[in-house]
Amino acid sequence: MKKKVLTVDDSRTIRNMLLVTLNNAGFETIQAEDGIEGLEVLEESNPDVIVTDINMPRLDGFGFIEGVRRNEKYRAIPILVLTTESDAEKKNRARQAGATGWIVKPFDPAKLIDAIERVTA
Amino acid sequence: MDMNEIKEIFFQECEEQLAELESGLLKMNDGDRDPETVNAVFRAVHSIKGGAGAFGLDDLVAFAHVFETTLDCVRSNKLEPNQDVLKVMLKSADVLADLTNAARDGGSVDESRSRGLVKELEALANGELPSPSASSEAPAPKAAAKAAPAAPAPTPKPTDDSGFQPVPFSFDDFGGEGDAGGMPAYEVIFKPRYELYSKGNDATLLLRDLSRLGEMTIYCNTDELPGLEELDPEGAYFFWNVTIKTDKGEDAIRTVFEFAEWDCELTVKPVEEARADATSNDELPMVPVPFDLSILDETGATEEVSASDARAEETAAAVAAAETASNVTQMAAAAARVEKKESAAAAAAAASAAAQNNAAGAGQTIRVDLDRVDRLINLVGELVINQAMLSQSVIENDTTGTSSINMGLEELQQLTREIQDSVMAIRAQPVKPVFQRMSRIVREIADMTGKSIRLITEGENTEVDKTVIDKLAEPLTHMIRNAVDHGIETPEKRAAAGKNTEGTVRLTAKHRSGRILIELADDGAGINREKVRQKAIDNDLIPADANLSDEEIDNLIFLPGFSTADKISDISGRGVGMDVVKRSIQALGGRINITSKPGHGSVFTMSLPLTLAVLDGMVVTVAGQTLVVPLTAIVETLQPEAAAIHSFGANHRLISIRNSFCPLVDVGRILNFRATQANPVEGVALLVESEGGGQRALMVDAIQGQRQVVIKSLEANYTHVPGIAAATILGDGRVALILDVDAVVGASRGQSLKAEMSLAAVG
Repeated sequence: MKKKVLTVDDSRTIRNMLLVTLNNAGFETIQAEDGIEGLEVLEESNPDVIVTDINMPRLDGFGFIEGVRRNEKYRAIPILVLTTESDAEKKNRARQAGATGWIVKPFDPAKLIDAIERVTA
Repeated sequence: MDMNEIKEIFFQECEEQLAELESGLLKMNDGDRDPETVNAVFRAVHSIKGGAGAFGLDDLVAFAHVFETTLDCVRSNKLEPNQDVLKVMLKSADVLADLTNAARDGGSVDESRSRGLVKELEALANGELPSPSASSEAPAPKAAAKAAPAAPAPTPKPTDDSGFQPVPFSFDDFGGEGDAGGMPAYEVIFKPRYELYSKGNDATLLLRDLSRLGEMTIYCNTDELPGLEELDPEGAYFFWNVTIKTDKGEDAIRTVFEFAEWDCELTVKPVEEARADATSNDELPMVPVPFDLSILDETGATEEVSASDARAEETAAAVAAAETASNVTQMAAAAARVEKKESAAAAAAAASAAAQNNAAGAGQTIRVDLDRVDRLINLVGELVINQAMLSQSVIENDTTGTSSINMGLEELQQLTREIQDSVMAIRAQPVKPVFQRMSRIVREIADMTGKSIRLITEGENTEVDKTVIDKLAEPLTHMIRNAVDHGIETPEKRAAAGKNTEGTVRLTAKHRSGRILIELADDGAGINREKVRQKAIDNDLIPADANLSDEEIDNLIFLPGFSTADKISDISGRGVGMDVVKRSIQALGGRINITSKPGHGSVFTMSLPLTLAVLDGMVVTVAGQTLVVPLTAIVETLQPEAAAIHSFGANHRLISIRNSFCPLVDVGRILNFRATQANPVEGVALLVESEGGGQRALMVDAIQGQRQVVIKSLEANYTHVPGIAAATILGDGRVALILDVDAVVGASRGQSLKAEMSLAAVG
């Protein structure tokens, strides 16, 4: 069965790159444009793993991760943070919010797939 | 979709982000301190940087990074966004736009300018932020961008679906010398904490990754597993002892646990050291259990079954109940799903309610390829024509006039009109992007001329057809240049005149009776009428003794070959004058006017149609042909009297209108519809204004009426016909040609239209 990935990113460019990369690697990809939409889509899509950006309008990545973790059904889902912030402070905040791991933008397709495989069975 | 298409999307997105950036900065410049504005500005730059990095656009990344760093200082309240700061930021936004364009279209940017701004941005970031983080990061953005987290496990990726390949185990090797295969061995003790599982990490997966580094032996320690009654189903009780032989080094091992390092106790030691420790710990009653990861392969789930010999029964019960810590979490989640379905649903409802609240402001949009919209507009055009044809034939055949067909037809007409309006609304866009471009032009020219200018835009959400917007930028740019360069005085002159040293240019858009009205007002010196008049006389544009009203003098600036600037400046003296502006506005079916008050400034008013797809026209008959004359070109219509017609030379005639003479042009003759000129007294004269403001009386045989027509391109369907702008289809199904008034007037000046003109007799 195809693994389902939910990506949350406000940038159309990044969304498209994620879509192409993930589809090529044989994942089923569902996309949302910000944290609020991410939480909505989460309910219907039941993904195996989530890849989210940090800087987004309406609800940022930190808020989104906290939202996912508050949901009993999804609190054990692996969440990878996709962001250009490589500094420890942002990483730490994402981790505290409940992120499983991170990928630094600009992401290398191989690294993205690798990171997803690292956190999914 | 390939990378080139994504890159195209990236540049589209950049344009949107740049617009967002600029409008945000302008809001901040007006004193907006809403954190969301600052965030939006930050996100815009951040997004551009993110995408640019993906495409290896290093210059763009480098600049965006410095800009972002400074914006971050504003965002975190370390830097007060005062006017000086925002000035630098607005300029930086311009450079960012230049860099984006250069990345897309090639070409170069003003490097000294961008370098200067990088310094200014860095100074801003450092000035208020003595911490070295920003300062050390800023000059070396590439290095920072490359400081990605350590590479993930470098072993080749497995190909099977479960993502796992069983690792061979050798019990004989356990506790061995650690030199088998000549690889260094490490002992890894991995003890997850509760948090590890709560963040979606999974000990199994980490161990699986570890197994990819080399040959390893793994033991699960269950000593801390409590009895069932004390067991927290979500607790973390197991820990693992791993001996691994790998040549990848200790760092590679630690990298495996990169995501988990805060949430576990991890010891990694080369095996000699570990063995020394182990000897001293020999008394500890720890009974290692072989732990076979390969069972994962069979079940396909994340199950680990392990048991200590000593506590086999107890543990087995616990394991059976709880399997693994990670699985427990899922099970608990499943249980909770039932129990807490209501609360989850409530949370979801709350989230969607919040989303709706937010969405109310944002509005829902979809992106549609422009071609599709154009196609729809074309089809609706056909529908309108078809409906008109249907109406006409019903009227011709239905003599009673009371049938229900008439009723239905009226409704159809109503619906068609509504559909047409709605479809046109799809292509309508706010003038905002064009207005935003103007603010950059104002900034640049203000800088170049040393003037201080404030651009105020109003009604930027006023919508107009995209085809009009696309053609609006050029004339507007020229007018803004003129207003700033020639209209607004230098600060010294303004001070001397008792005005605010900062000049104001106001750009307004609004809807007026089915057209869009764009006003450009400056509070400069206004038109120097004496100078304009003198210039017009010098250039032989008007006779020296012409008696002109103030308004007429003001409008002289639209004449071809007119320029009042004493010296040709870099900015607006590029050989194009206001006549070019006027012509391009007229080409759009628009009009332009100026009113000026000496000492108080000038106001240019442009009135444009909302769309180029339909046109208000006057339907006329010429030599049996039906033609459409754009209503915007017509000043007035009149019935010539024999006494008003005067012959002039062999072929020319003039008509006197209120004591002035105006050349009379027989449209039928010009278009070669007939060989000899018609008798003017039998026809109607349309007084039209053409480029340069010259008036002509166009002779047509009769006026049929006034109506809105759907424009059909002749070039696309037939070929260019001189004197004809386009075509349309009338209600009776016949093609009617739309007159190109400027071309006809030009032809009447002597350059007669070519013989192929007779081809214009279509239909």
